[in-house]
Amino acid sequence: MTRSVICVAVSVFLCGGCRPPADGKVHIRYWEKWTGAEGAAMQEVVDRFNESQQHIVVEYLATSSVDRKTLIATAGGDPPDVAGLYLQNVFSFADCAALTPLDDFIRKEGETPAQWLQRYYKVFAAMCTYRGTVWALPSTPATTALHWNKRLFREAGLDPERPPRTLEELDAFAEKLTKRDPKTGAITQLGFLPQEPGWWSWAFPAWFGGRYWDGTNITIGTDPHNLAAYQWVSSYTKKYGLDQIRAFSSGFGNFASPQNPFMSGKIAMVIQGVWMDNFINQFAPGLEYGVAPWPAVYPGEDNFTVADCDFLVIPHGAKHPRAAWEFIKYVSSINPHAKSEAELQGMELLCYRQKKISPLRQWSPFFEQHHPHRYIQVFRQLAQSPNAIFIPKFGIWEEYRRELNSVFENARLLIIPNAQALAFCQRRVSASWQWHCESLARHGGGHP
Amino acid sequence: MTIRERRHLRNGLLFCAPWLIGLGVFTAYPVLASLFYSFCDYSVLQSPVWCGTENYRQMLSDTVFWLSLKNTLVFALLSLPAGTIVALALAVLLNTEVRGMPMFRTIFYLPSIVPMVASAMLWMWIFNGQFGLLNCALHPVLGVFGLQPPGWLGDPTWAKPALALMSIWGVGNSMVIYLAGLQNVPKELYEASEIDGASTWRRFWHVTLPMISPVLYFNLIMGIIGTLQVFATVFVMTGGAEGNPARSTLFYALYLFSVAFYDLRMGYGCAMAWMLFVIIIVLTVTATKLTEKRVHYAT
Repeated sequence: MTRSVICVAVSVFLCGGCRPPADGKVHIRYWEKWTGAEGAAMQEVVDRFNESQQHIVVEYLATSSVDRKTLIATAGGDPPDVAGLYLQNVFSFADCAALTPLDDFIRKEGETPAQWLQRYYKVFAAMCTYRGTVWALPSTPATTALHWNKRLFREAGLDPERPPRTLEELDAFAEKLTKRDPKTGAITQLGFLPQEPGWWSWAFPAWFGGRYWDGTNITIGTDPHNLAAYQWVSSYTKKYGLDQIRAFSSGFGNFASPQNPFMSGKIAMVIQGVWMDNFINQFAPGLEYGVAPWPAVYPGEDNFTVADCDFLVIPHGAKHPRAAWEFIKYVSSINPHAKSEAELQGMELLCYRQKKISPLRQWSPFFEQHHPHRYIQVFRQLAQSPNAIFIPKFGIWEEYRRELNSVFENARLLIIPNAQALAFCQRRVSASWQWHCESLARHGGGHP
Repeated sequence: MTIRERRHLRNGLLFCAPWLIGLGVFTAYPVLASLFYSFCDYSVLQSPVWCGTENYRQMLSDTVFWLSLKNTLVFALLSLPAGTIVALALAVLLNTEVRGMPMFRTIFYLPSIVPMVASAMLWMWIFNGQFGLLNCALHPVLGVFGLQPPGWLGDPTWAKPALALMSIWGVGNSMVIYLAGLQNVPKELYEASEIDGASTWRRFWHVTLPMISPVLYFNLIMGIIGTLQVFATVFVMTGGAEGNPARSTLFYALYLFSVAFYDLRMGYGCAMAWMLFVIIIVLTVTATKLTEKRVHYAT
C-alpha cells in the first residue's frame, strides 16, 4: 500500500509538467529582456493577443541575460517558444542552427519572404535575413542621433536651434562649448567626447566611409578610412589632454541616473538612441535639448545613423512553432486606421508605449500624429536614410566588436599608434574569420 | 555476507545515493565532459566535432590569451602579498587582549559578508577620480609635491593596482583563519622566548610565524586559486568582460567567459579552463616545494 502511494506521488511529481493545460489552449513561453515600463508595454501586447483569439495563450517571462539563457535552453532541448534577442545574436545563433527559419511560415501567409519584408524600412528588413533566410522579425527598433543641449549652446554664443551638420562643425562647436576652470585649467564642461557613451565606437569606421570586410576578407586594417576614424578619436585626447579628460570623465555617473553627463550638463552633445527621451523625462525633465542626424563626415553624406533592433525568434526545438509564429505575426501587425490610443495594435502599441519608432513603413494616423516622443520624426527620417547602417552580418561579430573596442581604447588613450592597433585587429579577426569558416564547414554548413 | 549485512550495505548505499548521484551528475560529469569538449569544436548549440589539440594549439598563438594570463598573474602578485600581510596584521592585532575584542573582530570581518556586487559598487565610488574618497584624501598630500592622484579604474596603469587594493577589503575570511592559528600557538613558547630575552619582533618571527606556517601555507594556496579565478568584481567594476580600460583588466576568467558565452566557442573555453587548472596545479606544487622546509606541522 505504502509503496503504491509513493509510486503514485513520484509519478504525479514527474509528470506534473507534462499535463496539457486545463483550458485546452496551446500555452507558449515567451522570454524577453524587458522589465519595468518596457516590459509592461510588451505585457499589454501579449494580453491583447491572448484576448484576440481562443487557441493560444502567451506566457510572458522577463528574463535577464535572455541571450545566454536562450542559448543554454536551446542547447538543452527545452527552449522557449518565442525569445526576444538582440540583433547580434541573430547571426551567431543562425550560424549554429539554433533558430527556426521563418520563410515557410511567411509563405503559408501567401507572401514570399521578400514581399513580407517590404513592409519594413529597408535597414530593418535587411537585419531579418542572413544567408538568404529570414530568421527573425523586429520587435522594437531604434535609430541613433546627435542630441544637443540648447541651454549650453546659448551660453556658448551658438544658435540653440542649429546643430552641427558636418564633422568640422562638430569639432568647432565642441571647442566653443568646452569650459575650463580659470585657476586650475581643469575641464568643467566638454562640448563632445567620442567615448561618451562610446556604445557605437565600432561604427566610427563606417561613419568615415570605411568598410569592415569586402565580402571575402576582413578590411579593417587595410581601408584608410578606418584609420582616419580612429585618428579623429585620438585628436580629441590630444586637443583636450589625456589626464584632464580622464579626471573630468571619472566624475560621470551611470547612464540611467541624474548624474548622466549629458543630462547633468557636463557634456553638450552626445550620440544617443530614440530611448534617450524616456531617460531625460525621468532624470532631467526640464532639459532643453534637440535631436539631429549624425554630422556628415563628407559633403553629401547626410542622415548617417546607426540602426539597431530587438528581434523575436523561434528557437530551434521550440514545442509550438506554429503558435509562436501566430504571436510574432500579431506583434508585427498594426491597425492602419487607428485614430486613438485604444485602437493601437501590435507593433504600434508596443512602440508607442516604449516611445520608439515603428520599423514598419506604414504608420497609423494616431501613431504618426500623437507619438509621445517629441522628435520621433527625426528618428523616422533616419530609419529611411540610405546612410543608415547596422552591425555587419557576421557570425563572429561579438569578437570583431571587442577587437574594435580595443582599437578604440588604444585611440582614445593614445597607447600605441592607431595603424598598429588596426593591423593587430586585422590579424586577429582574419584568423578568427578563417577559423569560423572552417568550423561551419566542419559542422556541415557552407561558407557564410 | 549475511542477509543482515547485505541489508545494511543496501541501506547505507541508499542513504549515500543522493550525494553520490549529485556528485556524479553535477560535478564529475560536467568536469569530464568539459575535458572532452576541450578537444572539440563545440558551440553549445551544435554537436561537438572532434578537432584534436586544435584549441590548445590556438591558445599558444593567441596574444589576448597571454595578455589575460599576464594580467591575472600581475594582479595575483599585487593582491596576494598585500592581502596576506593585511590579514595577518589584523589577526595579530585582534589576538591581543583588549576590552571589546569580539566587537572589533566582528567589525573587521563585516566587509567579507557584504555581497560582492555591493562592495564593487561601493569601491567604484571610492575610486572615482573626481569625487572619490581616495582621491579626496590623496589630493592635498600629492598636491604638496605638485602631483595629481591617478584616475584609478579609468587609467590602464592604475586599474590593476586599484583592484588589488580593493581585494584587501575582503580579507576577513583569511583573517579569521589566521586568528584561529594564532590562538593555537602554545603560550609556553612565548614565555620561554621572553625569558631568553627575545624582542617582540623576534618572538613573532621565530615563534609565531613558524607555528602558524601551516595556516599561512593554506591561505597562500587558497589565495592563488582565488586570485587566478577573479571574475565578478572585475566584471562589475569595469563594466563587462572587455577588460577596460584598454584590456588592462582583462583577466583570465573574463576572457574565458567572453570566448565561451559571447563568441560561442565553448570548446576553446573548456580548453582554457583546463589550462587554468594546469596552471593552478603547477603554481600550487611550486608553492608547496618552495615552502616545504618552512612549513612546520605539530607532531
